Amino acid sequence: MPKNQKNQTVISVENISKVYQVGEVETVALDTVSFTIAKGEFVAIMGPSGSGKSTLMHILGALDTPTSGTYTLDGELVSSLSDDELADIRNRKIGFIFQAFNLLPRTTALHNVMLPMAYAGIPVAEREERAADALTKVGLANRIHHYSNQLSGGQQQRVAIARGIVMDPAILLADEPTGNIASNQADEVMEIFHTIHRQGHTIVMITHEPDIAAHAERILHIKDGKLVNDERNTQKTQRVRKPEDRKTG
Amino acid sequence: MDIREQVVESFRTLTVNKLRTGLAILGIVIGIGSVIALISLGQGSQQMVQNQIQSLGANLLTVQPGFSQSGSVRGAAGGGTTLTLDDALALSTDPTITTVKNVSPEVSSRQQVTAGRNNANEQVYGVYPAYADIHKITLSSGSFVTTSDLAAQRKVAVIGPQVVTDLFATDANPVGQKIRVKGQEYTVIGVTASKGGTGFQNQDAIIYIPLSTAQKSITGSSSINSISVEAASQDVMTTAEDQVGYALLKRHKIADPTQADFSIFSQQDILNTASSVTGTFTSLLSGIAAISLLVGGIGIMNIMLVTVTERTREIGLRKALGAKRATIIRQFLIESIILTILGGCIGMAFGATVSFILSKVLSIPFTITMSSVLLSIGVSGGIGIIFGWYPARTAAKLQPIEALRYE
Repeated sequence: MPKNQKNQTVISVENISKVYQVGEVETVALDTVSFTIAKGEFVAIMGPSGSGKSTLMHILGALDTPTSGTYTLDGELVSSLSDDELADIRNRKIGFIFQAFNLLPRTTALHNVMLPMAYAGIPVAEREERAADALTKVGLANRIHHYSNQLSGGQQQRVAIARGIVMDPAILLADEPTGNIASNQADEVMEIFHTIHRQGHTIVMITHEPDIAAHAERILHIKDGKLVNDERNTQKTQRVRKPEDRKTG
Repeated sequence: MDIREQVVESFRTLTVNKLRTGLAILGIVIGIGSVIALISLGQGSQQMVQNQIQSLGANLLTVQPGFSQSGSVRGAAGGGTTLTLDDALALSTDPTITTVKNVSPEVSSRQQVTAGRNNANEQVYGVYPAYADIHKITLSSGSFVTTSDLAAQRKVAVIGPQVVTDLFATDANPVGQKIRVKGQEYTVIGVTASKGGTGFQNQDAIIYIPLSTAQKSITGSSSINSISVEAASQDVMTTAEDQVGYALLKRHKIADPTQADFSIFSQQDILNTASSVTGTFTSLLSGIAAISLLVGGIGIMNIMLVTVTERTREIGLRKALGAKRATIIRQFLIESIILTILGGCIGMAFGATVSFILSKVLSIPFTITMSSVLLSIGVSGGIGIIFGWYPARTAAKLQPIEALRYE
């Protein structure tokens, strides 16, 4: 993905709302949120807990559907798709990086990275090759046959990143990617985000930590279900800071 | 993913999670094994009890001549001379008689018997070789009356253990020795095993000689005292009784059954006991099968529910990575089928082994019927597959994010 295609819109969210109904009580998690994200951007979505940022991430990740509004991802109107069509969108267009890694336990790094390609019906030989490539990109070339439970938290998250990029998705969605990782390993993970961003991947990262959000080019602030601020990050973190500078969350 | 790849993937998942797979298989093994073992033991016991009842003579019919008639005076039943050896032979060859296994004509007479200086009054039976089969006579030494003894009218005798005590020294082997019956010399060719003094007749105090010899040398008559008829099984007793009765009526040219010159007895009370015991066993077996199927089924259901529920997060992850609902359900279905087949085979071997060992320990016959195997595999296998599939279907229906959050 060349960098000069940056102006092309990949995510378009228009007036999205999400209302949860528990008994008689209606909770508005998202209230008419609109924004667009261009191809190749590195965006952080920030907000305190309960702000609705997780709900937004689930909708962006096609894991959940909005109550109203439209969501277009890479030219496809996601908000109107069926369950199986959503599965297909997630498979081809979205790479997930979860706070809890969510790797298959007692399974090798290679096999974990191969999993999304299995659901895409890619031939086994090609799967192995592409998975090994992706693991090399995140610096785990020498760990491909390790079991997920033999890896450190940082290494597991790097396997998850490899799994996220292996399908070459339209966006990479990271939900608190450093939340479960020791602070010194968190920097390695953020460094990999920068690397894959430079390679042209679009990254959307949800976090409540300002210094993690500071890695992004653009920060969307969510509060009480509304988009309150959309800022360019002028002091974008270009270097990996020493662990003692960072406040751990 | 195509089916073949999913089967490979299922095997991989199952081998990766050895403890979980082992527990699930164990659950199925115990479920299926216990059903097979319990039903097999039940059937073994049933067979043993039925064999014991059979040996009491539940499938025996006794044909005796009618009343002896001298002028207008009626003698005792069985005292007549209307039954002949030909009647007995006809019964064993008559094509209309389909439910009879063995026919044994018998004559009997009390005689003074001597051996050396000892003498005793003993019951002497003239018999066919089939007698031993029908009346479950086993020999402790020597052999029973044979067809050639019969044909040659040999003067040979098989004696009961009581007769041995009466006529010989305690530790002597009577086989080959001579005894005298009604003034004639017989060679002892066998000694029967002790049956104990059951019933009216002490079974151990009998001397068996060939029927032809008895007719010629002892009774001097062509008539016989009774015919023992062994039915194929106790279920066909009534049919056998009818067939024998009508065949004899026809031979004796009697049209009206009330005028019959013979009577047929069966051990009705034993027969009644036998059928009520069989009935009790049938309900006992159904009960055992139902309870063990229930217990086994619940065990299998639990382990499948637990293992699948435990994997709800994995299902959420797989959905997030692009697995369609059908793909996930198919994967769990394939896994359940693999587990059930594996567990079923091991369970069958396990159940058969347990019931084999127990049947040896409890000394009952070892029986495994196809129906019990099919029943246990069918029910337990069905439960295993349904409860592997059902929770997977529920989990696959969840929004992936709910499944991922599942604790």
